[in-house]
Amino acid sequence: MIGGWTGTILRVNLTRGTIKKEPLRSDWARDYVGGRGLGARYLWEEGDPTVDPFSPKNRLLFVTGPLTGTNASCGARYMVVTKGPLTSTITTSNSGGHWGAELKFAGYDMIILEGRAPRPCYLWIHNDQVELRDAEHLWGKGVWETEETIREESGVPDAIVATIGPAGENLVRFAAILNDLHRAAGRSGVGAVMGSKLLKAIAVRGTGSVRVADPRTFMAASWAMKARLKASDVTAEGLPTYGTEVLVNVINEHGALPTRNHQVTVFEHAEEISGETLTETRLVANKACFACTIACGRVSQIPAEAAGRYMVATRPRNWRIAGEGVEYESAWAMGADCGVGDLDALIKANWLCNDLGLDTISFGATLAAAMELYEKGAVADELTGMPLRFGSAEALLTMAERTAYRQGFGDLLAEGSQRLTARFGHPEFFMGVRGQEFPAYDSRAIQGMGLGYATSNRGACHLKAYTVSAEILGIPKKMDPHTTEGKAEITKIFQDVASAVDSTGLCVFLTFGVGLEEMLPQLVAATGVPYTMDLLTQAGERTWNLERLWNERAGVGKSSDTLPKRILEEPIPSGPAKGQVNRLGEMLPEYYRLRGWTEDGTVTEAKRRELGLA
Amino acid sequence: MAKQLRIIPERCTGCIQCELACSWVQTGTFQPARSLIRVHLFDDQASYAPYTCFQCDEAWCMTACPVNAITISPVAAKAVVPDCCVGCGLCVIACPYGTVWYSPDTHKAVKCDLCAGDPACVVACPTGAIEYVETPAADWLGPWAVDLNKSYAGIRAGAEP
Repeated sequence: MIGGWTGTILRVNLTRGTIKKEPLRSDWARDYVGGRGLGARYLWEEGDPTVDPFSPKNRLLFVTGPLTGTNASCGARYMVVTKGPLTSTITTSNSGGHWGAELKFAGYDMIILEGRAPRPCYLWIHNDQVELRDAEHLWGKGVWETEETIREESGVPDAIVATIGPAGENLVRFAAILNDLHRAAGRSGVGAVMGSKLLKAIAVRGTGSVRVADPRTFMAASWAMKARLKASDVTAEGLPTYGTEVLVNVINEHGALPTRNHQVTVFEHAEEISGETLTETRLVANKACFACTIACGRVSQIPAEAAGRYMVATRPRNWRIAGEGVEYESAWAMGADCGVGDLDALIKANWLCNDLGLDTISFGATLAAAMELYEKGAVADELTGMPLRFGSAEALLTMAERTAYRQGFGDLLAEGSQRLTARFGHPEFFMGVRGQEFPAYDSRAIQGMGLGYATSNRGACHLKAYTVSAEILGIPKKMDPHTTEGKAEITKIFQDVASAVDSTGLCVFLTFGVGLEEMLPQLVAATGVPYTMDLLTQAGERTWNLERLWNERAGVGKSSDTLPKRILEEPIPSGPAKGQVNRLGEMLPEYYRLRGWTEDGTVTEAKRRELGLA
Repeated sequence: MAKQLRIIPERCTGCIQCELACSWVQTGTFQPARSLIRVHLFDDQASYAPYTCFQCDEAWCMTACPVNAITISPVAAKAVVPDCCVGCGLCVIACPYGTVWYSPDTHKAVKCDLCAGDPACVVACPTGAIEYVETPAADWLGPWAVDLNKSYAGIRAGAEP
């Protein structure tokens, strides 16, 4: 067996209620590294790409990486791989916290879920003891209560729980899976797939160990990595001090913070919702995921004067009237994109979304689209039930609950903004790709992000090719965000690297401090596989191409490699990036060429053979 | 005054690198369940406190041991001598702080021995929440938790903060 892995996977058939332990396919683990790549390979083998995402035939995979559960800094990640209901593409959402590591300690590398349970249940894993337990009493409960109840009734206070909230149960197309209360496999509706299987949660307690192939070399590599992270500005200063929210002011100053559903790109209240403000006035403590030496997580608190308005009064307890976060993406989606400049409202909305199991990005962005529909007269008060004006914190908080429970207008928001805007005759208000809403960077002001969004296999996503790193932050080298030159190349490289990092079990935030070549020694020592830079980036490329082929089979073809009209044709009206549109047409052909695909973006036979995907 | 572990819970981020390091020293693998220092969660996972034996002067574990298998080591740690330990578990019961364990692998008692003067958890902690310094032996966790809970008692009852 390859080092780092336990060598065993769990196959759970929810229809029949059977649980099988199978050996891990170590050839795939080697070729795809693990995590996202390994999940894609398994899904390719046994998941029919044409099925309805909510059908019992859809598979739901929870996959760790070889470094998950080791002391490699940020070795906390697990990946949820399935066919997503928002995009109908393969989707890969990952989360940190302690759940992935705990699964390894219990003795399993991944879980494959098949079928649909006859009634609500949850999966209980305590080392060798694996069973499906009744969850009728948990159905309808929020994330906090579910986690608490499972810990209490099991008598295992150290159990780590990954669960859906009411949003997942009600098949909200952007429902998330939450673990450790506030860590989310957020995007693309993985929580709704879990809900469609009537699986409420997976609770894990493991007391076993994770072994690496070459312990001595591994420890040296792991310490070298931690030292590097301590020496980098972003991972030693920016993220620990301000969290991901450090980006609000940075992106706003570049005129790239999409505001009011991308109508403008500078938010006048950015300072009020920024990381600086959060840190100075609301931060209680930093919170790390398993083995993370960066600790970008925030525990935040609403000050006394706002507590009356934003206390989470319906819950039995709440963190000093607060929660974890807000993260940059959430602060943007529910803040700038909805025009809400009230940080305390965002902290509460974030808490609500986490408890209800909603993806904060897609929820915020969908509400923003609804607000544009409302302000432009396409939907009336009778339908929305309340004024949906940009800037309304009340609308934000009310609609979070209504969306999760599919009440009133929330039932339409729950379908995501592509379906919502099409329904009201304004598909041009949908800001996203392949049905998934954009994250927090306007690609008119950061050209490379446009290409990354348009070609992302799971719809618009910032994690698959974070060219902001080069175009704004200057990592690894500074590029002009307004030009298209070199963007195809860097997008391809970033996509392959992110695919590789996502497959190791490490967090992609590491890449702010270290390059892939610096992560390599850890991976080699842990697995015992003689990976090289070429092999590792090729593994990333293999994963990328496999996801692309899967989407082709699913019927989501290259015609969806595009951006909304607003991004391609409507120049930014004001601010530092005034006059810019995204010039996707200048980048896409070069990108296809660099990928070795045909002119219209089809994966060629030669490329398939090269990557072993024939 | 002997050097021992001084823990500053306010600096802890809950990453459990200390647990990973401790389990590594003992097993050569990553196995937090075997760690002799444990990060405890308070306040609904908003506060953390790494806790282990603070080498108390009373040393109930030593008093309870019927075969004198716990000795004071050169760095003034109360250390189990595995060859002498018969695995009766009395020290585990006797310790009022819950920081002596019984190993199901070796069938013997295990507890923090300060890694013979170079504690792995101190090296591993990325935020300096665990220091190895001269400091009086004292049970800090109890008073700390009481203080923490006091400040949230009102909030938990639903009052304005």
